[in-house]
This record gives sequence, structure tokens and C-alpha cells, in this order.
Amino acid sequence: MIVELGHFALILALLLAMVQASVPLLGAARRKAGWMTLGQSTAVAQFVLVSLAFAALINAYVTSDFSVANVAENSHSTKPLLYKITGVWGNHEGSMMLWVFILSLFGAAVAWFGDNLPPTLRARVLAVQGMIGTGFLLFILLTSDPFHRLVPAPLDGRGLNPVLQDPGLAFHPPFLYLGYVGFSVAFSFAVAALIEGRVDAAWARWVRPWTLAAWCALTVGIAMGSWWAYYTLGWGGWWFWDPVENASFMPWLVGTALLHSAIVVEKRDALKSWTILLAIVTFSLSLVGTFLVRSGVLTSVHAFAVDPARGTFILLLLLVAIGGSLALYAARAPRLKSGGIFAPISREGALVLNNLLLCTGCATVFLGTLYPLFSDAVGGPKLSVGFPFFNRTFVPLMVPVLIAVAIGPLLAWKRGDLAAALQRLWLALAGTVAAVLIGFYVTGGGPVLAVLGLGLAAWVLLAAAVEWAERIRLLRAPWRESWRRARSLPRAAHGMTLAHMGLAITVAGIAASAWQQERIEVVAPGGTLAIAGYVLHLDGMTKLPGADFTADRASITVTRGGETVTVMHPEKRFFPLQQMATAMTAIHTNLLADLYVALGDSDGKGGWTVRAYWKPLVPWIWIGAVAMAAGGLVSLSDRRWRIGVAARARAPRGARPAE
Amino acid sequence: MKRALYLLPVALFLVLAGYFAVALRPGRDPSLLPSALIDKPAPDFALAGLDGTPGLSLASLKGQVAVVNFFASWCVPCRAEEPLLLRLAEQEHVPLYGIAYKDKPADAQRYLAQLGDPYRRIGVDESGRTGIDFGVYGVPETYIIDQAGHIRFRYVGPLTAETLERELLPRVKALGAS
Repeated sequence: MIVELGHFALILALLLAMVQASVPLLGAARRKAGWMTLGQSTAVAQFVLVSLAFAALINAYVTSDFSVANVAENSHSTKPLLYKITGVWGNHEGSMMLWVFILSLFGAAVAWFGDNLPPTLRARVLAVQGMIGTGFLLFILLTSDPFHRLVPAPLDGRGLNPVLQDPGLAFHPPFLYLGYVGFSVAFSFAVAALIEGRVDAAWARWVRPWTLAAWCALTVGIAMGSWWAYYTLGWGGWWFWDPVENASFMPWLVGTALLHSAIVVEKRDALKSWTILLAIVTFSLSLVGTFLVRSGVLTSVHAFAVDPARGTFILLLLLVAIGGSLALYAARAPRLKSGGIFAPISREGALVLNNLLLCTGCATVFLGTLYPLFSDAVGGPKLSVGFPFFNRTFVPLMVPVLIAVAIGPLLAWKRGDLAAALQRLWLALAGTVAAVLIGFYVTGGGPVLAVLGLGLAAWVLLAAAVEWAERIRLLRAPWRESWRRARSLPRAAHGMTLAHMGLAITVAGIAASAWQQERIEVVAPGGTLAIAGYVLHLDGMTKLPGADFTADRASITVTRGGETVTVMHPEKRFFPLQQMATAMTAIHTNLLADLYVALGDSDGKGGWTVRAYWKPLVPWIWIGAVAMAAGGLVSLSDRRWRIGVAARARAPRGARPAE
Repeated sequence: MKRALYLLPVALFLVLAGYFAVALRPGRDPSLLPSALIDKPAPDFALAGLDGTPGLSLASLKGQVAVVNFFASWCVPCRAEEPLLLRLAEQEHVPLYGIAYKDKPADAQRYLAQLGDPYRRIGVDESGRTGIDFGVYGVPETYIIDQAGHIRFRYVGPLTAETLERELLPRVKALGAS
């Protein structure tokens, strides 16, 4: 009964989405206030209905209602409660439900927090959100119904893939979708602005916080996915350039470009049509990613079950959403008046460079991901693309980004002085040179590129610190004065410093992976294995029963110089239901390096393959990502996003600190 | 002129959508890519082995139905299919040969030490040249080469237990019987 109510709520949500997609748009064209405000109530009602439907599906999972096909295929009565719930989005139908749930959440949020928007803009934004909602609700109801019943109901379910039964993966999709779907708001704002024919600084101020929120969520989502891969796959890799990973990375790259170009629109009233294009492209890439993952046109380890009918439907959706918005762009964008002009060497110039490089980087990832598909379609030679391609094309493109990210914030708007900026960075430059020299000395001239990578990280980190210190006149003015300046500095400026430092930390973590060590040996209980100054003693093995698996658990005492550092417990788990084995790695970190131990197979004579890795700075990859997201959140808490934005935008600005 | 520039994004997208439509055409399974080389002689190759072991050449494969698997240590799906390859070699006794594609010999060696080595012999295709000759689309990729050195089957992507049972093994057995 609850299941049917959920289904019914979803159909009702579709009808409301159709109303939301049309009436407010007409209302905005004809200036009918009542029609326009209908967008708000439908958006909120849609959110309520989709929440009900989503709750009904979660309820079916929690109560193990195997008469629902989706539950029977993806759940099992013995699963722990947490994985019963998170298993909802571990499959195609359920993840689409999560998708529309988050979409309706954003729609309702625009309705709630959009009080300071001009009524016509708000109506149009909500209408575009309604169109996206209509498309995806139709997609779910017509091709991917999660409420389909099975008669007769099976006794038990097939269970969730054991690899997916992991807390890291449980919360990875919601963050990822918050990011993907969050960019729909920027998209809706862009399309609404094109319909309206007006883009100004105020528009950029409304768009920026939404983009920033989506970007933060996506950053966390991607980092979680990579961290999950790191600790579950059992050999310590954390990024594979897999099509599905690329599908999340591409919107992140263009979304990053969008964040930065929106600053130029806001501060300098320039780059308008470019920013609009980026907003459209960012969300379009999210949509294309959805298409690639679910249509089966590319092979990937992460891909969902493949169904060509779904692929065709999503392709139609892409044609309407992306084709339609880009056609509108072609028609309307030439009429957007461009504002401030600027010299190539200026803050704007640096941001344009950042945009170009990020977009080119995204284009290489796009080509690399889709190349097999392109060449197959034209029957051409099948060149292959993998790790080597991305490392040779994408990585070099990011080097100038990192060099510029340090200099950009020190350039003035309109016309900057590169020499002066570099002069102010002398300390950072000196620190970088020192870091590189120390790097070469310590590693004995070790991998040159990795040392230079560390140098780049030092450069970005120090430059961000110098820029921040200059702003608050640290050490140049009395402490009290610096403190006062730090407090009056806009949160957005602190956020930028934090995010750029986060980037530097991530880069350092990536560069340092060149120095990892690994030892793989068969060790019998009582035996030892030595790595990077640590000695691992295999004390013994125990068999443990788990909820729906059995585990072989090792107890390994780690010593360094005779002193016990820690005791690690890597496991090998066997899931009888799926006849699958997974490895639970044990990681000991001191934040400077990880000691990573995974258990391989037993040799049948009492010995076990033990794989031990020492990975310097690897935790920094995720610490940096968290710092980037935190920087975004700090910036998001800036009061100018919240209070009387529209009023203040029209009021004379007066003296404001440059940022 | 300037107007045309604004039309560029939508034009590019339409081209892309055309490719997507082609990719979706019915009957296309991305794993069962028709190879231009099916039933044709396999491209000739002679590759060095891993660290002192004898290498792999086309000539050395002749006279038996061989399964050739392209793999790489940097490839995640390869790790996924590795247990199946071990089964293929140890339980089904299929002559399985590996080509380490665009991989450093040391990395490939470490990879096999970690996961187990199912291959009778291995060739190292560090430059990817042999892969290009075969039309390798992405690793892993698996080929059946018959007694006369003709390619008879190609599978793109990680093998699954199902494809192993339904596609690969019956073909190997049929070719071996003829």
C-alpha cells in the first residue's frame, strides 16, 4: 500500500512539475503576479511529493518488502540497517530517485531563499527547474520504475554487491548528486537570464552561492569516491581515469571555471556571455555523465545495469535540455551587453587564463573518455586511451594553472602589474626554491617531476599565505591591527585562501606518491615483513563471523626501532550469498604518511600473502580536498550573499576592500 | 561572423549527440566490438618477456587455440577479471597468454605477483604498438587466435563469469575440436 502511495506521489509530482514548467514562464512573459508565484508553491509541493515517494521506497527497503522488484534485486533481509537504507541508491532506479529528490530539494530551496530575486527572474528560474524535473520524472516513471511489483514475491532478495557495503560509498552518491544536481540551479539561472535578456552583477551574486554550494558538495563527493577506492581496492590506488570518475571530474573542472568567471561578472560586469555558457556547460556535463553511466555506451567497472531504452530516453533529454539551452544561447547571447574592459595582465586576465586552462583540461578528459566511442562510430582505427593519455595531456595543463593561481589574487582588477605582484611573492618564490632544493637533497635527486610537483605545491601554498598575510598586514602592523583587519576581511577572501591552500595540499599529496614503497610477501604467523623502517609482525589469524560474511582477520603488530607503534587488523571477507571475497585494508596514518596493509590469499600451508605499502603524504590528497570544500563553505557564509543583496547591489558601493 | 561563434556550442553539441545516437544503435554491445580482423590473420608481433622469461610472438602461438589477454597494471577492470583468468588457466586448462599493454615491466611484474599469474607466457608491449595493430580499444581485451593464427573472437572489457561460460569457453572448445 505504501509502495503504491509512493508511486502515486511520484506521478502527482510529475503533473506539478509540468505546471511549474509552464505557468510561471507564461506569467513572467505577461507580468501576471499570481501565475508567477505559482512556481514557488509547485516547487515546494513537488519537493514534498518526491520526498514522500522516496520515503516510501526507503521504507520498502527497511522492511525488506521483496514484492518490490527493485528491493528484491538489490537488498537482502540479513543486511545491516545502514546498508538497507544506503542500498536504495546503490542501483539505477533508486539512484534516479535520489537524483530527483535532490533536484526537488534545490527547486524548493530557490522558492524559499529566493525572496530577494526579482519576481520574473525567480518565476523563470523555477520554470526551468520544473522542466528538468519533468524530464527526469518522466524518465523514472517510463523507463526505470522503482515501485514495480513482483508476483509472486521472492522469499529473499539477491543482496547488495559486497563492495558497495561500505560507509564511504554509502554517502558518496548523495554528495556527488548534490553537486551534479546543484549545478542545475546555475543552469536554470543562466537560461532564465537568457530568456530575460539581462545579465548583471546582481545576477552573478545570486548565481554564485548556488554554484559554490554545488561545487563544495561535488568536491567532497569526488574525494569520498577516491578515498573509498583507496582503502577498499587493496593496492592503494586512488584515481583511475575511469569513465565514471571522469564523468564526475568534468563538471567539477568546468564548475571551478564557472565559480571564477562569475566573480568577474560580479565585480567587473565583464565575461557575461562566457559565464552563461559555462553555467550551461557545467550542468550539461553532469547530464552527459548521467547518460554515459547509464546508457552502456562505454564500458566501466562502475556502470549501472545497461538498458538501451534508457539510453535513448536520456539522449532525447540531452537533446532538449542541452540542445535547447545552447540554441537559446546562440539566439540571445550576442545581445548581452559586455561591460568592463581589461588589460591582459589583470585579475580578470588571470581568471580568463584559469578558465581557458580548466576548460582545455576538461576537453582533454572529455576526449580521452569518449575517444573509443568516437572512433568506433566512424569505424576508424581503434586507438586506446588510458592512464598514459591522461597523464601526458591533463597533467601538463594543470602546471600553468598552479603557477597562475598563486599570482592571480595579487593582481589588481582592470590593469595589473605582474612585476610588482612577483615582487610581493619573493618570499613564496624563495620558499619554493628552498623546498625544491631540500626535496632534491632528501630524495637524492629522486624523480625530478615529483620534486617539481612538490615545488609547485609549495608555491601555491606560500603564495596564498603571503597574499592573506599582506591583506591583514601580518607582522607589518601591530597584532591588534592585523586581528582587526582579519575580522573585517570578507569571509569570501578567507575562503579563497583556504581553498587555494587546499589545492596546494592535494597537489603535494599527489606528487609525493612517487616515493611510495611496497612489499608483498607470504608471511606465516610469527613471521615478519619490513618496510620503510617499520617491522610488521604477523601475530596470528582468527576466523570471525560477520553479519552476512565470514572474515579471516590478521593481527599485525607494527614496531619501529623496537617500539610498538600500533596493532593492525586487515581482513579478508567472504560473502557466501554472492560468492565474492573482499579485502578490508588496515591503514595506520600519522598524517604525514600512511602505512597500508592488505591481506591477500592464504598459501594453504598457513602462510598469508601480506601486501604492505608505505605512502608518504597520501592523506594530504583528501585533506586538501576537504580544505577546498571548507574554503567554499567559508566563502558561502559571507554575509553579502544573504542580506539585502539586491538592494545593496543597486546602492553605491563606497569603499570596499578589493578582493 | 561573431554570430557564427555563438552558434558553435550548439553545433558541437549536435555533432556529439549524433555520435551518441550511433553508439546507442540497437544490437551494439560495447563489449562485443566487431573487430575488422575477425577471421583474418592476427597481426604479427614478437615481444620481449618479463625479466628474463621468454617473450611472446605470433609464431610461437601457432598450432593451438590460444587465448590472448591484453592487460595492464594501471587498469582496474583487469584486476576484476584476474580471478576468472586464473580459473580459465588452472581449471579449464586453456592456453592463456598475456600482453602487458603500455606498462612498465617492473609494474606488470609486481601486479602479477600480487594477484597471481595466469599466463603461460607474457609479452611486454610497452610502446602499445602491438595493441594498435590489434585495434585494442582499452584494456582489458581478450582475443581467441586459432591454430592457423587467425583471430576468431574479440572481447572488450573485463570478462564476467557469464561471458566466460557462454562466449569464450564454447568457442575455444569448438575451435579446438575442429
